[in-house]
Amino acid sequence: MNILTDINFDYTLRIVALGSAILGALSGALGAFAVLRKQSLIGDTISHAALPGIAVAFFFTGNKTTTILLIGAALSGWLATLFILGIVKATRIKLDSALGLVLSVFFGFGLVMLTFIQKRPDANQAGLEKFLFGQAATLLAADVQMMAILAGVAVLALMLLWKEFKLLSFDEDFGATQGFAMNRINLMLTTLLVVAIVLGLQTVGVVLMSAMIVAPAAAARQWTDKLSTMVLLSAVFGVAAGVSGSLLSSRIPKLPTGPTIVLCISTVVLFSIFVAPARGLLWRWLRRRRNRRQFRAEAVLLDLMDMARHHPNLEHPHAAAVLHTLNLDGRAVRNSLAELAERELVRPAGAGLWSLTQAGIAEAQQLERRFQAED
Amino acid sequence: MQPQVEIQLIAAVVAVACALPGVFLVLRRMAMMSDAISHAILFGIVVAFLVVESLGSPFLVFGAALTGVLTVSMVEGLFKTRLVKEDAAIGLVFPVLFSIGVILISRFAGNVHLDIDAVLLGELAFAPFDRLMFNNHDLGPKALWVMGGILLLNIILIVLFFKELKLASFDEGLASALGFSPALIHYGLMSQVSLTAVGAFDAVGSILVVALMIGPPTSAYLLTDRLSRMLSISAAIGVISAVSGYWLAHWWDVNIAGSIATMIGLIFFLIYLFAPRRGVVALLRRRNYQRWHFAESMLAVHLLTHLGQPEEARECHRDEVHKHLNWQENHAKRVVRRALQDGYVHLDKDILRLTAIGKKLAGKAVVE
Repeated sequence: MNILTDINFDYTLRIVALGSAILGALSGALGAFAVLRKQSLIGDTISHAALPGIAVAFFFTGNKTTTILLIGAALSGWLATLFILGIVKATRIKLDSALGLVLSVFFGFGLVMLTFIQKRPDANQAGLEKFLFGQAATLLAADVQMMAILAGVAVLALMLLWKEFKLLSFDEDFGATQGFAMNRINLMLTTLLVVAIVLGLQTVGVVLMSAMIVAPAAAARQWTDKLSTMVLLSAVFGVAAGVSGSLLSSRIPKLPTGPTIVLCISTVVLFSIFVAPARGLLWRWLRRRRNRRQFRAEAVLLDLMDMARHHPNLEHPHAAAVLHTLNLDGRAVRNSLAELAERELVRPAGAGLWSLTQAGIAEAQQLERRFQAED
Repeated sequence: MQPQVEIQLIAAVVAVACALPGVFLVLRRMAMMSDAISHAILFGIVVAFLVVESLGSPFLVFGAALTGVLTVSMVEGLFKTRLVKEDAAIGLVFPVLFSIGVILISRFAGNVHLDIDAVLLGELAFAPFDRLMFNNHDLGPKALWVMGGILLLNIILIVLFFKELKLASFDEGLASALGFSPALIHYGLMSQVSLTAVGAFDAVGSILVVALMIGPPTSAYLLTDRLSRMLSISAAIGVISAVSGYWLAHWWDVNIAGSIATMIGLIFFLIYLFAPRRGVVALLRRRNYQRWHFAESMLAVHLLTHLGQPEEARECHRDEVHKHLNWQENHAKRVVRRALQDGYVHLDKDILRLTAIGKKLAGKAVVE
């Protein structure tokens, strides 16, 4: 109950939780497209590439207002994506190399700028550090307000360009043949992604921002094959992780917000990978087990049928011990016989002997026909 | 040696040591693995630090390198479920390890000198102060010895397994068909990358590790098609950016690692623009040439079709030809001018006639 009263009365916590929720929703929704387009790591590059923008914005304005720094961050993040596109489109360099190169060079240049600024008499760059590692606690009501407005604009753009973004994610070439300006649509989507990432810098920081893009989408992907559901679910996961992460880090001392949010969303991913219906590893494992059992039972049934053919009466009983030697996985024969007996395809004939029933004979013949057809 | 020289030497050695395994990362499309490993290492360093409680222990390096391999196997495991793509798997794994590392630092190691800044950013300027002593003899900076050893190891491994690495990088299917284990080569390379990253991060920070591993090989990739040359060009670009980056930092009094990364970016940008065959300028020139060449071929084919025919005077008149080819008049004029210049056609009383090489051009275009 404590957490509930906290969120009602603790002003700072409310701001931080709200900010994290907005961030989670936006990065979750936009991350879905990045993950589907196999560009998961572009978020990592954009967030690192924001650093020189922050430094340059501060250098020219001498102003440490969040808005101005974030505008700088957005501009250089955007420039970085242009570079990436330019490298991948014009040369044989692959996306991963382009991402790594732009990421490290932009970040390195950002470092140069930061250390350059430090020498100025009026500078103390303490406020800039928070963008590197994120300090959710420094979020102000005004920051959250700005986040809300920008997120609203981004969501609106997402809804207006929904069809185009869908086309881009699933069949870019088809879109181009239909006369859509795919390059421009790509740039629009990337711009929205830049906005989402830049908004997250203050909360989770440069390094962990990439997880906010990839993780909610990767989790949502497991639950659905439909884009709209995936985007929505991804946003919901993002919100859940943002809120629970900020609450946890406020309750437990020495638990930084950004990493806690990342661990929360990663837990959701792990959970989804295991138990999501149809795709989840758990169901896959159960399905595989069921298939294996069925195959074994069929093999035992066919073995019985083969032996029965040597007798005038197809219901002639045979020893389970013989079946053991016929079967590759001898231990499973007992289980298979029990299963077949349950389906009334075989019946025990006493003293470790088993015989086919009429239904079992029919089933075995049907299986044989099926295997012959497959050959 | 003066500290200045020592710093440059360390930077150059780190640059070459990183560039060599980096070549294979770039070729195998796993460049971002270097980013993942260099971030995830934080987790290994913190855990190893909490166990041995000293920053100088070789156990620390070992623990951190192990984390690199752990990262790789976690990415592989996640990818093998087929539930996420490889890029997403990388993006999922390293933030988790990094987060745990950050939380461990803030909970248990808060008052020790082990801050995230140092891991991420590095400070090459301090590297000469940490010296290797033996019997009170000063053997030089420790970083130089560590990275020198790693460089030597990298060279030996690449020379020994050159054939295997080459085969596995360019044709993984053939490599496994011939009996080389792709998994073994993959993990071997990744261990090499982890060890190099751990050794280098201490001196230059994890971001420069990424820059040095990816930047020079990517630049070299635009300059050559030979693996051996790509290795040596990468190493050379690494050394050039290390030394020039140092001086840039020296003049402007800024972070050395950052300015080396900036130089890598600058060198890449120049090569990106001006590489002889694969640069943007060469690409544009080639496209331009192809456009005109195609137009001239079309003109030649048109002229050949009507050569010696009664309608030739009409079809091949210099002021009429654009109508029959369905071209804009200006465009046709420019094509005719180029074709005259290149000697494909000559004028016979305003009638365009093919020369011998013009006929050859038309013939080639028709056959193709």
